[in-house]
Amino acid sequence: MSRQWSEHLLLWTLRGLAMVAGCIILLIGAFLAVESVPALREVGLGRFFSDTSWHPSGGVEAGSFNFAPMAAGTLAVTSGAVLLATPLGIGSALFCHFYAPRGLGVAFRRLVELLAGIPSVVYGIWGLVVLIPLIRQWQPPGQSLLAGILVLTIMILPTVALLTESSLRAVPRSYLQGAAALGLSRWATVWGVVLPAARSGIVTAVLLATGRAIGETMAVLMVMGNIVQVPTSVFDPVRALTANIALEMGYAMDAHRSALFVSGLMLLAMVVVLVAMSVWASERSRYA
Amino acid sequence: MLPADLFRAPGRPGGVKGVVTSSRRTTLGGLLTLVLFGASGGCDSARGGAPIEDGRLQGRIAITGSSTVAPLVGEIARRFEEEYPAVRIDVQTGGTSRGIADVRREIAEIGMVSRVLRPEEADLLNHAIAVDGIAFIVHSKNPVPALTHEEIVGIFTGETRRWSEVGGGDREITVVNKADGRATLELFLSHFELRGEEVRPSVIIGDNQQGIRTVATSPDAVAYVSIGTASFESSRGTAIRLLPVDGVDPTLEALRDGTYPLTRPLNLVSRADSNLLVEAFLAYAASAEVHDLVEAQYFVPPVE
Repeated sequence: MSRQWSEHLLLWTLRGLAMVAGCIILLIGAFLAVESVPALREVGLGRFFSDTSWHPSGGVEAGSFNFAPMAAGTLAVTSGAVLLATPLGIGSALFCHFYAPRGLGVAFRRLVELLAGIPSVVYGIWGLVVLIPLIRQWQPPGQSLLAGILVLTIMILPTVALLTESSLRAVPRSYLQGAAALGLSRWATVWGVVLPAARSGIVTAVLLATGRAIGETMAVLMVMGNIVQVPTSVFDPVRALTANIALEMGYAMDAHRSALFVSGLMLLAMVVVLVAMSVWASERSRYA
Repeated sequence: MLPADLFRAPGRPGGVKGVVTSSRRTTLGGLLTLVLFGASGGCDSARGGAPIEDGRLQGRIAITGSSTVAPLVGEIARRFEEEYPAVRIDVQTGGTSRGIADVRREIAEIGMVSRVLRPEEADLLNHAIAVDGIAFIVHSKNPVPALTHEEIVGIFTGETRRWSEVGGGDREITVVNKADGRATLELFLSHFELRGEEVRPSVIIGDNQQGIRTVATSPDAVAYVSIGTASFESSRGTAIRLLPVDGVDPTLEALRDGTYPLTRPLNLVSRADSNLLVEAFLAYAASAEVHDLVEAQYFVPPVE
């Protein structure tokens, strides 16, 4: 086998594999779209936001299809979790990289990695058994937006921390040496040199974590109470779009089933927007 | 004699040459189908091949439907498979509505239905295998002794907000309701003559297990679940208590003599054109040979 021939083989194998990966994403998108068509045609996009409630099992005429409260639930729990996890994650990455003694830093990183590997259903059980009783003592029933936010925060914290840490590590050594030569304090170095240099990586970390929070299903299904309503306080139970699909898909038929695919399509659209934002953020900072 | 015995040739022990595929192998596939394709995909495992080879039953049966019926049918299927080693039975849950839809679409041979069939479902053949009831459960530490019909309506419509109003402690009631489309919800609503929108829940759950877990971890919750599942869990030490309704305890005896108000039949449904294997299994599941399994799941065998 000539050398050139084997190179060709490798090249086309890799091209083929890459194409399969790309096709799967496109197929899933196409599948969601095709399954959504009946609901979009018979119910109409408008009714998904203007109907009085979510009682889709009645069928196209008698049922009602407003999933805006669930979209609001998803947005509320995601933004709450991201708001909490971002400072915590960035803080722990900075601590780990610049402040912690070497041994402690390594141990801390291992712990965070472990946190990233825990299955979401375990977080859900933990929320149900530990978190919810605590919240209940304060504000019954305990199953609430707050419980969802806290569980999700812990779930996405490792994503923020680990990705931030790797972008801190990618800051060129010469920057740090320059800062040291100028006699900057450690905090001034971090704030004025490292963070701006690592900004695009940190933004990507936060956006990826947001994507994970949007898509999380099992844990939010278990701790948020799943009532379809727009939350007015963090103690209200709410239902996220993902939890709704998991709760109803097995039971749904016809228009109801198709409506669930519409909500799936909407989740996919949210994630596409996030990915586009993260690409835009990293491109912009590269040419800044 | 069990009808299926008719098909067994005498004096030919074991060792069937039929195609035997493990029922477990389809689990992952089934799961993926469920996730990616919902009810439209499904596995067409049970078709193809004659149900009798060498005079013995062989082949596959796909069963889907109610999560209340599934554990019982799983046990019955296991015993049936032991008796006929060339038969493989897949039991998947997904709710009564899905069971009916899958049988109609020929995705499954048998559907599990945990309620009375409706008039518009008369195209399916019905086989009662057990009687279940719906029990109201509270945390085992909840002091409330019993609930009446009116009290339950008050609690679930949000008019009664505190346990003290119905004889419990001075705490706010956490109302646990079932998600749209579950047979338990339908029976609850029709018995109490409520509409779905009238119920004011604080938590919505999916299957019986999730309901029991929710109540077991929250001292102020009240939920309604299958008596069978609740008694089973409570006998294993889960922190729940079954409440009497209108003075009648949700026990097997009350179910048997019909005094408990909230009962429902657990049925298997099939198409009229089922093959011999499916008919043999249906007859087996309704026969007295599985009554011990029915009672082990805290259900009651159907009245003849």
